[in-house]
Amino acid sequence: MDWKKVAVPLVAVLILLVLWEALVWVMGWPDYKMASPSDLGPAFIEFQHLFWLYGWQTLWRTVAGLAVAVVFGTTLGMVMGLSRMLNDALYPLLVGFNAIPKATVVPVIALMFVGQHDFNTVLMAFLISFFPIAVSVAIGLSTLEPEYRDILRSLGASRFTVFWKIALPKTLPEFFGALKVAVTLAFIGTNLVEIITPHGRGLGHLFQSAQTNSDFPLMFAVLLALAALGIALYYVVVALERLFAGWAMRPGH
Amino acid sequence: MKGPVLGNLIEIKGVTHAYKTKAGPFPVLRDLNIAIPEGSFCAVVGPSGCGKSTLTRLIAGLMIPDEGEVWLHGALVKQPRKTVGMAFQNPVLLEWRTILQNVMLPLEIVAPGMPRAQKEARARALLAMVGLEGFEGKRPSELSGGMRQRASLCRALVHKPDILILDEPFGALDAFTREDLWQTMHSLRAREPFTALLITHDLRESVYLGDQVVVLSGRPATTQCVMEVPIPGPRPLEMLYAPDTVARLARLRREIQIAQGREVA
Repeated sequence: MDWKKVAVPLVAVLILLVLWEALVWVMGWPDYKMASPSDLGPAFIEFQHLFWLYGWQTLWRTVAGLAVAVVFGTTLGMVMGLSRMLNDALYPLLVGFNAIPKATVVPVIALMFVGQHDFNTVLMAFLISFFPIAVSVAIGLSTLEPEYRDILRSLGASRFTVFWKIALPKTLPEFFGALKVAVTLAFIGTNLVEIITPHGRGLGHLFQSAQTNSDFPLMFAVLLALAALGIALYYVVVALERLFAGWAMRPGH
Repeated sequence: MKGPVLGNLIEIKGVTHAYKTKAGPFPVLRDLNIAIPEGSFCAVVGPSGCGKSTLTRLIAGLMIPDEGEVWLHGALVKQPRKTVGMAFQNPVLLEWRTILQNVMLPLEIVAPGMPRAQKEARARALLAMVGLEGFEGKRPSELSGGMRQRASLCRALVHKPDILILDEPFGALDAFTREDLWQTMHSLRAREPFTALLITHDLRESVYLGDQVVVLSGRPATTQCVMEVPIPGPRPLEMLYAPDTVARLARLRREIQIAQGREVA
């Protein structure tokens, strides 16, 4: 039975690639109009050193932004989840900020911190990804059933003890759910800056130069590399979730 | 107001309490009096929404009454104490802990210095008493509703509380499981004596478990009547069908109807 789990998605991917290849072949599209899967390999090999260099830049800046988002988002979520007043004060601000399309923020921070490319990129990855973390931690904490609190409070436990022994672990599944969303968002943030700002770095910049040259094989190769990085980081989060919140998963899942 | 009467573990004296709402004070308890002797089991029944859960929070020291006093073991209750055990309709076990670790939780708060082996032995002994031997390492999600409630009872008793507060712990269980747990309560009391206050909607439960049954009036709740059930435990399940019990149930039913204002006394 187990081989089916691997074979079925693998076959699906293969079919997709064959159809893609066939489409490009039948339509007779040249390289500057559309790439086919068989073009991607040569593109990777030709620009190998750039993929390693830029891939690393994109990865570390995304992870750094995500790390800041985790610390800031969790703290904000804790504050909002534990204080009704601060929640009422901060929630509209947060929703408003989140509603701003982040592409419009890039020129603003590029102007504010001219030339600080690494800083701007990390800042953007952070700004775009902290929202789901803050909201889920806040909701997790504020929806804690009062009985959980009463059981410890009636024993004279402090607010901190209640938080540490019950509220925090109970919020972990929601936190990891949000972190999975945040990983994808952080990549979008990094790439926005890399693509929009001139003389950028990272895979977004490579994509931008490929676009300038109508180099479809390279553009698709970059997309593939970004997808690979995204998937890798996603599964790092899944592994952490198994480690710290494995209890929330039903057996057999 | 005088102090507590000797021999009474809990005394609720003239307690009046109102919640503050936008529409002004919302009275829930009015001049409520209940006395529970040490080692006895007090069941409290009353119309729904009459402030029974407020009563549990007052005894636990989680709230202070507007007027009146709550005495526990000769001391005025002003704040949460370490000598209370609570169990609710929702067993609220912590999913990330095993059953054994869940039962040990109160000891971590009340007796942080106690050696782990000693905490574990105490928890294991209680779990065995309620028939959960062999389930110590399971997660709460692997247990049935009745088993979870048994574990919740163990957690409420593990630190040998002065008073066990039960807020409709059997309310969400099916009839057979509920009767099983009633018997478990009696066998627990025989082996591990405790003083208890049970909030319930089930009159049969109140008579089967209680040494006294207190009927509360509708909101704001006051003591409508107190019925003694002078039958020593552990009580057999057949007691539920004895003529005495049926007569008591009829009387309680009538008192509740008066409390609801459906019948004039």
